[in-house]
Amino acid sequence: MPHLDELKSAIKERLPELDFVIGWGRGFDPIHATPLFMRTEADVDKLEWGPLNVHNTATYLPSLRGKKVGVVVKGCDSRSVVQLMQENLIDREDLVIFGMPCTGVVDLTKIKNAVGDLGMVRDVQISGDTITVTAGGKEHALALADVLNNKCTVCQYHNAVLSDVFVGEPIEPSVPEDQVYADILEFEEQTPAERMAFWESQMNRCIRCYACRNACPMCVCRDHCVAQSRDPNWLSQRHDVGEKMMFQLIHAMHLAGRCTECGECERACPVDIPLVRLKKKINKEIKELFDYQAGIDPEATPPLLAFKVEEQNIREREW
Amino acid sequence: MPPLAGKELRIVGFLCNWCSYGGADTAGVGRFSQPTDLRIIRVPCSGRIDPLFILRTFMNGADGVLVSGCHPRDCHYSEGNLYARRRLEILQRLMPFIGIEPERFSYTWVSASEGQRWQKVVGTFTDEIHAIGPAKPFGVSMEQLEKQMAGVLASPENAGAEKQEVERAAS
Ligand code: SF4
Ligand code: SF4
Ligand code: SF4
Repeated sequence: MPHLDELKSAIKERLPELDFVIGWGRGFDPIHATPLFMRTEADVDKLEWGPLNVHNTATYLPSLRGKKVGVVVKGCDSRSVVQLMQENLIDREDLVIFGMPCTGVVDLTKIKNAVGDLGMVRDVQISGDTITVTAGGKEHALALADVLNNKCTVCQYHNAVLSDVFVGEPIEPSVPEDQVYADILEFEEQTPAERMAFWESQMNRCIRCYACRNACPMCVCRDHCVAQSRDPNWLSQRHDVGEKMMFQLIHAMHLAGRCTECGECERACPVDIPLVRLKKKINKEIKELFDYQAGIDPEATPPLLAFKVEEQNIREREW
Repeated sequence: MPPLAGKELRIVGFLCNWCSYGGADTAGVGRFSQPTDLRIIRVPCSGRIDPLFILRTFMNGADGVLVSGCHPRDCHYSEGNLYARRRLEILQRLMPFIGIEPERFSYTWVSASEGQRWQKVVGTFTDEIHAIGPAKPFGVSMEQLEKQMAGVLASPENAGAEKQEVERAAS
């Protein structure tokens, strides 16, 4: 990473005025990066930048309100920061945002599928377009393009949409804007019965651990989440597919117009349920109806908190 | 023949107290004939309707859901229905994505004086739901469902069960 040193010195420069800076460091093994809380210059030297930085650093911000924090962001993380600002859940003046152009992060599930057991990783080397993972006594050279997170293959915001310090040369979008929702359109070619069967088989695996919710930067209700409330009692303790789907629909609807497609919900899911698909669908409709994308403009009002008396794009039904 | 042919379906209507509930009342007072499948839930404003009410209703086994509020610009609270319109439109577009046929959910505006319009709305909507038949509950396969229904209808207590079903539906 040619610019990493530059980023580190920029962070060191601002560190004295901050409680800490959030970034990524090496985790318990070479393949799992982990969020890094940098308080000293020595901590800053542990900062890493690259395709293993899968976590969304913005997720921590709402619970750190009142502290002065720095946050290192990828493009998608920066959208979460902006969205949190927009909803007045964090304070701009308490925040220093550090960005670098992001070329994409890996999907660990894809790597696991390619190398077998991710618990046995001994070494990871990244050079150019290849990631070489040594696991189970074998070296697996994988093309980065094949193990990239889906969101990165259509990324429109490689560069932070908002930053105080930006290091490096900005990158162009991965694909033209009209291809971002191609996967959603493809899924919609199925019949309703097929689509329901798909979600049933996916939700069947859900263990209701709520990791998807806990990882989501925009899920800020904490102890007041309707999934656990008894009054009103939105969800029973039943472990059937309907209740699990209902929870995902609650999550998706509560994120309507707010979800920045960071993919944390899906990444956190221990059983690999494609949760972003539901949210992307809603985002696609919001884009079409209101020409709006979450996490771009700190001054904007989320579309479901607003209305127009004459809606240009809503065609209501004639009876 | 499907086990529920000729029977009522479960259609739930969320109606705004100020307009559409009155409209349905007007239709009743005017003695306009209406299908009887619709169970009405009166809400203070269409803006009170959390889209999750509708999803929960489907998850609990409804075959169709209809929302009706005051015409835009006529809201008793001036803008509840304008917020509702955005939410309901998103919901309407989401539902087919999870496999609920688009015909099963509709939203519209009926004022308290529009008894005739109410008759048309509820009639058209009910006909459309009947045309596609009962909804498959989420998480139950079609085979399981047919087995269950066949079991109910074929059992010796069939007559009793059916009577109960009719009473339950009527209550
Ligand atoms: S979506 Fe874009 S900014 Fe986010 S990790 Fe992927 S390439 Fe980077
Ligand atoms: S719902 Fe998922 S993709 Fe959307 S903001 Fe939350 S974690 Fe990110
Ligand atoms: S993280 Fe996955 S398994 Fe856990 S509740 Fe969410 S969808 Fe279910």
